[in-house]
Order: sequence, then C-alpha cells, then structure tokens
Amino acid sequence: MSIEEIQEQIIDEMDLFEDWTDKYEYIIELGKSLKTIAEDKKIDSNKIKGCQSNVWLDANFTDGKVAFTADSDALIVKGLVSLVLKVFSNQTPQDIINANLDFIEKTGLSQHLAQTRSNGLLSMVKQIKFYAMAYSVQGTKS
Amino acid sequence: MPFTEIEIQKIREDFPVLLEKVNGKPLVYFDNAATTQKPKQVVAAIESYYYSSNANIHRGIHHLAEKATASFEATRKALKEFINAAHEEEIIFTRGVTEGINLVANSFGKAFIHKGDEIIISTMEHHSNIVPWQMLCEEKGAILKVIPITDAGEIIFEEYLKLLSPNTKLVAVVHASNALGTINPVAEIIQHAHAVGAKVLIDGAQSASHLEIDVQAMDCDFFAISAHKLYGPTGVGILYGKKALLEAMPPYQGGGEMIKEVTFEKTTYNELPYKFEAGTPNIADVIAFKAAIDYINKLGKKAIAAYEHELLTYATAQLLTIEGLKIIGTAQHKVSVASFVIEGIHHQDLAIILDQQGIAIRTGHHCTQPLMHRLGILGTSRASFSFYNTKAEIDALMVALNKAVKMLR
Repeated sequence: MSIEEIQEQIIDEMDLFEDWTDKYEYIIELGKSLKTIAEDKKIDSNKIKGCQSNVWLDANFTDGKVAFTADSDALIVKGLVSLVLKVFSNQTPQDIINANLDFIEKTGLSQHLAQTRSNGLLSMVKQIKFYAMAYSVQGTKS
Repeated sequence: MPFTEIEIQKIREDFPVLLEKVNGKPLVYFDNAATTQKPKQVVAAIESYYYSSNANIHRGIHHLAEKATASFEATRKALKEFINAAHEEEIIFTRGVTEGINLVANSFGKAFIHKGDEIIISTMEHHSNIVPWQMLCEEKGAILKVIPITDAGEIIFEEYLKLLSPNTKLVAVVHASNALGTINPVAEIIQHAHAVGAKVLIDGAQSASHLEIDVQAMDCDFFAISAHKLYGPTGVGILYGKKALLEAMPPYQGGGEMIKEVTFEKTTYNELPYKFEAGTPNIADVIAFKAAIDYINKLGKKAIAAYEHELLTYATAQLLTIEGLKIIGTAQHKVSVASFVIEGIHHQDLAIILDQQGIAIRTGHHCTQPLMHRLGILGTSRASFSFYNTKAEIDALMVALNKAVKMLR
C-alpha cells in the first residue's frame, strides 16, 4: 500500500470511534502491541528526547525500502509511534521524502496532543525523513 | 479559620476561567504551582489602566503621568507591606523570580563573588535557581555546592552546616519546593549562613501565595517573587533586597530610568529602587499586581493556608487509595502540592487521559531535573491546589485518575 492509502485507512479507522475513551484505548492497545526496537538499538544515538517522554528510532535499508523500528517510554506516544511506523515503514526513501503526513491532523489526534506533547513525535517524523534522505543518496550511489 | 463552602463559591465567581469546559467536562484546574488563575479584579485593573491612565511613569508632568506613577508606586508600597520590608526602595520590580535571581547573579555576583568563593544551593532547586549560579561560577571561577536531601524531600541540615565555611559567599535556596511542596526552614538556613558572613537569597516563587512572608523576621538578604503565581499578571515580579546591600551593588542593566546624569564621559546612577529598573517597566501589570495582593490580603494568608492544607490532606489520603501510587515529597511541612508516581504508568499518559476528562495537572520533571535524578525518577504527576479549589474537584480527579489507571494498566 502507498503512504497515502495507509493514511486514508488510519483516518477511516479512527473515524469509527465515537468517544475519546475508545479512541485512546485503541491507541494504548497499539502501544502495548508494538514490536519494539531491539535492546541493543535502544541507545542514546537513537534517542529522540521529548520534554515529557522519549522515543527511540532505528532504521534499516534493504531491497530499496526503509524499515523502521521504534519504542517509547510512554504508552500513548508508543501507540502513536506505531501509527507513524505503519505509514512510513517499508516504503522507498523517495516516497518517504515526498510524503505529506496529515493523518495526525485529520484524526483529530493533534487536537488531543498539544504541541508540547507531540513534539517528540514531530521530531521523530523529521528523523524518519533524515534517514530517508540519507538512504536515497546511498541508493543512487549503489 | 478555613473558608466555608459558601465563601469558596463566592471566591470562584471571581475567577471566570473556572467555568470553562474542557473536552466537554468542567475544568478542574490543579496546576496552580505552574501559574494561578486571575480574579476579575486583576483583569479590571489592567483594563482600567489602559482605558483611563495610560502614560509613561516617573517623568511626565501631565495628569495621566502622575496618575500612572501613583498607581505604580502604590504597588511597591503594597508589596513592601506584603513581605514586611523595612523600606519601599527595597522592592525592585522585575519580570519574575527568574529575572530577580539573574539580577542578583549579575550584579551582586559581579561585585562580590571572586575566584574560589563558594555558592550553596539545595538539591531541590528549580533550574532558575541553579543555572544563573552555574554561569556565575564559570565566569568567576567560583564553586557551586549542593545541600543533599532525604528521600522524603527535606534538606539534611547537618550536611548544610558542613558545607558552610568562610569561603561561602552566598546561599540560594527555595522557600517551598515546586516539585515536592517541601517548606524549607529558611530562617535557620539564613541564621547559619550569616554566621559565616554569607548572604542569602530565598526563591519565594512557590511560598508567597501560601505562607505569610516577613523578610525582616526571616532576615534574608534577597527574596524573589513572581506575580503570576500570586493571582497576578505574567511578566511581573519583585526582587526584595536589603537596602545597604542593594546600594553597594552595581546596576544590572543600563538604560533610561536607572540614571541620574549621563555624559559621554561618565554616567552617574539613580538611587534605589530605580537604579535597578532600567527602561519603561511593565506598568499595566505592575499596577494590576496590586489588585492581586489586595485580593489575597482580603482573604487572609492564615485562612488561605488553613484551607489549602485541608485540601492537601484530603487529596493525599484519597490519592493513596490508588494501588501502586507513591507520594513524592513527604516532608513534614508542605505547601499544597501533591506530587506522585504510579507504578507501571508513565506520567505523560496519565496527563493525556486526565486532560480528556477536563483535569489539568502538571507532569514531568517540573524544571528540577537534578532533583528527579536524586530521587531516581524521570518525573512526577503533580496536583497543586489553590483556595478556589474544592474537595468535590479532588473527587473528580479521583474518578478520572481511577479511569486512567484502568485504561493504562
């Protein structure tokens, strides 16, 4: 599926929830079931420091696609991280660079997660794009 | 005597924001240690200033200038009485506690701190009472020493005494901890510091709204306050300093107001307090600060403290009914701050779920990272109470908290 299609799917899924409790329970569930980053990758150089919580992000470039793994010490952030990975993981560097991440806005999650809290998440998206840029250069070389 | 329910309802009517709905639920505001809400009287004072007496102060000869100057100076007088300073000129207007501390670090520090001198702070300081001293120490080659605390969050007094020496030039400690609520024994701290010839700065950011402040009885050399934590506007505060000391200190910033005479060869400085008030100050908010002080005085600090203590005791008992909840900061004397951690639950998750239910608490390190490090935690959840809060709101917090715990476990 393309990045666009995955985002559409997430937006449709989120629309099904009528009250905030269900929505957050779903995100918490996603957080709990996220296949987390390997312990040896949970290092400072992979850490994205937020004011309230931290995110760890690692990337692997194989067969022209970037696979991401991540973790967070906070559960709701971890759930949101899981959604971000769903969108970006196993896509080509070019598609990642070109992608417009709008599902956070469209699902109303940005409204629930004020700037100060989602900062870590926004930094994570930035980091994902950096990885994609680095791999796209690597891709042209090989 | 603490307030009756009817009195609290009347007080709440003065704070329109308390009627706000958040995510469809009535707002429960328990982030008072970060900033307090403002009563109508404070907002009215700002409006009245701009609508009927806006003018620059201390210089103009016209009617409005005189009116504005009189109101501005009336705040200084009100604050002199509020903290029982000996002289009005000991009250310096600042942007808040942070600027007050920076003023002392830059001015007192410039003149009186030298290589090898020692500055003592405590483990529970806010970053704003750590970083200015670190900067000063780096610049001057002075040494920063830190008083250790117990697991309960109290200063270990014997350790403090051991740190004191003839090299100690300044002790800078918080009166009441923003993260833990601990009230420090400042009078004793000051007495011992003076015995070795050191000056003492007290960070009053958290104490001024809860406790009666008497700088003369306390005998501190500096005391810093922020208006916004005292039901007043943001961007205003005061630094109290003993007159002789302030007179001996060089100016902090140069500009208008702080001068007596300027030539290109030499400038002579104005007298206290203007020497430390360069530039046009935040006139409107200084004037409104008095409305906040009047409001607190009308309620009375004793009644406020008694009622807030009741809320804290009730909240602490309720919080402890949650399995795995631990209160962080169990000092014998506390202001109305209930900081806690819940086993297996991240504070950020808790804050998000509480916010969904209209409840505002503060989570994180509370700008006290070294303290969090000492306690071996990443942060806490903190509910801090004001006189406009109620037990019913604490009950609402408990319902929301139990729901959050159920969702997050």
